[in-house]
Amino acid sequence: MSAPPADRTLPPFAGVRIDPRSKARHLLQSWAFCVAIAVFQFALQPDRPFMPSLAYSLSIGTVSWAVIDLGRHFFPSSRETGWPALLPGIVLVALGIAAGYLGGSALGDLLCRTFGWYGAGGAQHAPADHRAALIITTLAGIGITYYFYSVYRGKFLEEEMAEARRHADEARLKLLETQLEPHMLFNTLANLRALIAVDPPRAQRMLDHMIAYLRSTLDASRATTHPLRVEFDRLRDYLELMAIRMGPRLSYELLLPPELAPHPVPTLLLQPLVENAIQHGLEPKVEGGRLTVIARTEGGELVLDVIDTGVGAPAPVTQGHGFGLTQVRERLATLYGPAARLAFEQDPTPGAHVTIRLPLHIA
Amino acid sequence: MTTTALIAEDEPLLAQALQAELARAWPQLRIVATVGDGASAVREALARKPDVLFFDIRMPGLGGLDAAAQLADEWPEGEPFPALVFVTAYDQYAVQAFEAQAVDYVLKPVQSARLERTVARLQDQLAKRGDAPGLDEAVDRLRHLLSAAPASTRLKVIQASVGNSIRVVPVEDVLVFEAADKYVRVLTAGQEYLIRTPLKDLLPQLDADEFWQVHRGTVVRAAAIDTVTRDEAGKLHLTLRGRPERLAVSRLYAHLFKAM
Repeated sequence: MSAPPADRTLPPFAGVRIDPRSKARHLLQSWAFCVAIAVFQFALQPDRPFMPSLAYSLSIGTVSWAVIDLGRHFFPSSRETGWPALLPGIVLVALGIAAGYLGGSALGDLLCRTFGWYGAGGAQHAPADHRAALIITTLAGIGITYYFYSVYRGKFLEEEMAEARRHADEARLKLLETQLEPHMLFNTLANLRALIAVDPPRAQRMLDHMIAYLRSTLDASRATTHPLRVEFDRLRDYLELMAIRMGPRLSYELLLPPELAPHPVPTLLLQPLVENAIQHGLEPKVEGGRLTVIARTEGGELVLDVIDTGVGAPAPVTQGHGFGLTQVRERLATLYGPAARLAFEQDPTPGAHVTIRLPLHIA
Repeated sequence: MTTTALIAEDEPLLAQALQAELARAWPQLRIVATVGDGASAVREALARKPDVLFFDIRMPGLGGLDAAAQLADEWPEGEPFPALVFVTAYDQYAVQAFEAQAVDYVLKPVQSARLERTVARLQDQLAKRGDAPGLDEAVDRLRHLLSAAPASTRLKVIQASVGNSIRVVPVEDVLVFEAADKYVRVLTAGQEYLIRTPLKDLLPQLDADEFWQVHRGTVVRAAAIDTVTRDEAGKLHLTLRGRPERLAVSRLYAHLFKAM
């Protein structure tokens, strides 16, 4: 979709997207609620005429709906979720109720006078009526807003979950692609074939790592997170295979403090970063180098570092694009919002350093 | 006289395995060196002059094909060029090119039966070699192998970052592309730019009639070439109209220059 040129002149509302069908549905639901209130009032006081109650109720409901349901999109905090943050949200509802009570009452009064709905008795506005109207408006306003919000929230959470699942599937597919990449596959098999002849026990260990590494993509579980311990086990399987292939050119270290082992992380989150470090950092380097993966806590956050002493990254990676970094970023954003961050640093020493920061979940 | 060989393979177990398989298939063959990267392969091959080279295609630094090209370039004139066998896990384009150029190759994991056929062919080839130099033929085949990359869309402009901005340079203004470490230098008549796209990615996007590769790391605009001269050591150099540089011409591309 191309942005209209008018965006330039309306920067505060540039991102506002209003779906007319969902708004019409909300308006109709609000009206149904208003009719119910009017009927309820009439049932309590059958001596009063029905039409003024209905006119007031519908007028107040329509004005409140317009202020709250349309107004909520113009808050900066609703840019992504469609609903403002807590405090502006309360202000908006209060504003909608006040506008509904004052504007809606005036509109209802105007309608009744125009169409003669007050009947022979004319308008009766006792102070008690005003109080009752204010209380009904406030309760109904809060009630219906809460109803819309919870319906929306359920849907939003459902979508979030589906998105997280999609990312987990993508990560698994990407790993499958790496595993089945012909160079990875045939070189690993060639090493295995060589080991069988000279060192069968080591060949067996290599095969075990290969099986575990392959199993991680074919696993039927569709979990979106798993413990750090499992993530590190998968990294170890991959690195063991690469260490056999690269021989003395690769040394690696996985540092996971025991208290962080059960901490949940998105499945296969570090896998693409470690693969990058090997494929683009250490494999192209003649003398090879060292890869270190560290899990630690810092300032109440879980910090994961992937550090290599390889050739360093070309330009696109330094700017944080390409090589799967974008996918990892997207995934973090879906699961944690702004609470998670990924930083790519080109250390002064040759090599690369990727750091992920996540909120710490203390079990 | 025993036959000698050099193995260039970056994965140590695979180098060992190839050596073991060769010991079985060709007991008289003496492996004079095993190296793990292309640059060492060139150095060791020049120093030891083996009869057979086993070059892995993917190696850190200089790959097998580029190492072979550099070796052909630096190989002393008149000496027999070694028989080349490429080793690869999977390189579709390369394998197709090997078939087309009748260059020998083996696939990893190396199978005994396949290696025996290669050995028989090598023995045959070495027996027939006699006093034929073989270098010209090797140069010819390597040139074809290196140009095997599939053609892609033509590049119209070069986008080079200069400070905080991008300079767009029409390809018709470019006289030279020259590989320099992690960059490619782009030279026009009056300017010089650095870009990060590797030369081997640029090459398929250039018109081969317009731009000639004259060296592993140099591509020049054919119409801008002024003179080509041979120095005392027999090496070719060229100069361009509009540029002061004197550029080396590799043996692989010397065939481009002969008087009409």
